[in-house]
Amino acid sequence: MAAVAPEKRGTEAPPVAGPQRGRRMSTIARRLRIDRRYMPVVGTFVVLALILSVGGVRYDNFLSTNVLANLFINNSFLIVLAVGMTFVILTGGIDLSVGAVLALSAVSAAYLLDAGVPAAMVMPAVVLIGSIIGFLIGVMVHVFDVQPFIATLAGMFFARGLCFVIAPVAIPITDETFVAISAWDTWVGGQWRVTTSVMIALAVVALAFYLLHYTQFGRTVYAIGGGEQSAQLMGLPVARTKVLVYVVSGTCAGLGGLLFAMYSRSGYSLTGVAMELDAIAAVVIGGTLLTGGTGFVLGSVLGVLVLGLIQTIITFEGTLSSWWTKIVIGVLLLIFVVLQRVLTLRRT
Amino acid sequence: MREITRHALFWPVVALVALLAANTIYRPDFLGVTILNGHLFGAPVDILRNAAPLMLVALGMTLVIATRGIDLSVGAVVAIAGALSLSFIATSPNPGSVSTVLLAIAIALGVSLVLGVWNGFLVSVVGIQPIIATLILMTAGRGIAMLITEGQITTVTSPAFKTLGSGFWLGVPVATLVAGSVFVLVALLVRRTALGMLVESVGINPAASRLAGVKARTIVWTVFALSGLFSGLAGLILASNVMAADANNAGLFIELDAILAVVIGGTSLQGGKFSLSGTFVGVLIITTLTLTVTIVGISPLVTPLFKALVVIAVTLLQSPRIRESFAARARRRAARPEEVSV
Repeated sequence: MAAVAPEKRGTEAPPVAGPQRGRRMSTIARRLRIDRRYMPVVGTFVVLALILSVGGVRYDNFLSTNVLANLFINNSFLIVLAVGMTFVILTGGIDLSVGAVLALSAVSAAYLLDAGVPAAMVMPAVVLIGSIIGFLIGVMVHVFDVQPFIATLAGMFFARGLCFVIAPVAIPITDETFVAISAWDTWVGGQWRVTTSVMIALAVVALAFYLLHYTQFGRTVYAIGGGEQSAQLMGLPVARTKVLVYVVSGTCAGLGGLLFAMYSRSGYSLTGVAMELDAIAAVVIGGTLLTGGTGFVLGSVLGVLVLGLIQTIITFEGTLSSWWTKIVIGVLLLIFVVLQRVLTLRRT
Repeated sequence: MREITRHALFWPVVALVALLAANTIYRPDFLGVTILNGHLFGAPVDILRNAAPLMLVALGMTLVIATRGIDLSVGAVVAIAGALSLSFIATSPNPGSVSTVLLAIAIALGVSLVLGVWNGFLVSVVGIQPIIATLILMTAGRGIAMLITEGQITTVTSPAFKTLGSGFWLGVPVATLVAGSVFVLVALLVRRTALGMLVESVGINPAASRLAGVKARTIVWTVFALSGLFSGLAGLILASNVMAADANNAGLFIELDAILAVVIGGTSLQGGKFSLSGTFVGVLIITTLTLTVTIVGISPLVTPLFKALVVIAVTLLQSPRIRESFAARARRRAARPEEVSV
């Protein structure tokens, strides 16, 4: 198996007159010998470093392992969602259902545990709920040719409605096994606190990385995003892959729900409202193009960390109100999208 | 008969009639309209009045979708318009006066128009995909609305402003009149002039229509600006309905409802041909559905589930594959007598 990411079209395109900024950037890239494909991710990394240094200069204890470890703990479910979303967006689709599926999975976990079902059965079951909804969405998208936007929107309404049918009020989770699993933690290197959720999230990232870059499935995902018709003509299993990416995303959302249930130790129908937007924002900030075909799962993880750090900074600042988070995320999105636009203009 | 079932609006209208029929069975006087205190009163009037904000948003959305775009920011614009107008009225020395209210409305509409122009700029000039360009304002917009209300839920008392959302004129709800006249105006504008055709041509093939001399950029920019303006008007109606500016919840999910209404009405998200009357039916279906759930006594929180079922049913019925299999069955049935005769 060749360990290369899929070839991107036009990497060696002649340098046609593009915007000044794009040219300068690619000159920098050439000098540093960075593949242009990695430019957006490098951009995300720079922003991350920038936020970290600004935070480190402004506040004491900001650059402590404690804060950084908590960044992973508080965002583990969002990392899992963003990973699943990356698969869908790489094929040029979009998944609006993940926030609601996360809530459905968390609510089902709480409901089933409350009913006395053993945790060993509940945990795989709620992940499976996500997979099933993902599969149904995939069938709608591929077999019935419904637009991903509408199909996942229906999935979102469906899952959210089902949440309220299952649990009109919040259900606390008191199951001993489940609480024990969610409360387990270990200190890596004596200072870095890692919980079950973080372990699971990192395992998902590793698995996704392997799937995308070392398997036929992963290459087909990139190929569909690059051009569905071409992928079809090359004899790649387009149909199967298009359904599978929604299954992957649904499964990730189901798993995200499980992690959220561990994090909040309860199931509440209104959790994860608009969380799909956070996931999409993380993926976009992480350098994945919404047109599909370009992007990396590690970029999405960096995107989640950027979002989490913004939240942390605003908490540290104290005087800034929570709504600034939204405005800053919007501005960051704008900067990244315009940057990507400049880079793609340069390429075509 | 074939012509009727083939009509693009056949299934949406069937869905609407089925909903109304179900309601009438459940409550026989459902469709009755009476006159109470000089106002029209009854469930159909409620539906028309509740439908007004969604109608306005969906109207702009239809035009945007026809150009192959999408506007996710409408909910945020609704919140901003509501927050702006109510904050302005609350801080003015004379909240009740008509001039204050008119000024508040003008400010809110002006800002909404600017927000729409901003979206249009990102899409048509910078060339960002509509979904992501409007996602920016969708995320940041609620923050901006909260910035305006300072995180509080601003409540005001201003009878003049209240008229917009819950007043009556000649017995008809003012909100319905506003939405209705905007609808008629837009319908005349796009169907009696070449504008509608230009919008469709941009949606079908932007490059080709540009080469044919259509100012694609201006058209796209205009529809986004209109979408912003209409959303602002919807925001004013919603704010005047509750007389409280809730930056978090005003217009929450209205973008999804509007997109649903457009899709149920048969306008494809791929752009091109659009149907304003389809959107009208779509809006009525969604509003009736919401009202039905309340009447039957199911928690309104479960409404999304029913919306999902309607969307799935309508989109599947409109899906090419299902249509083909229907058509194939009809052909087979038509062909059978011949086979027998041979």
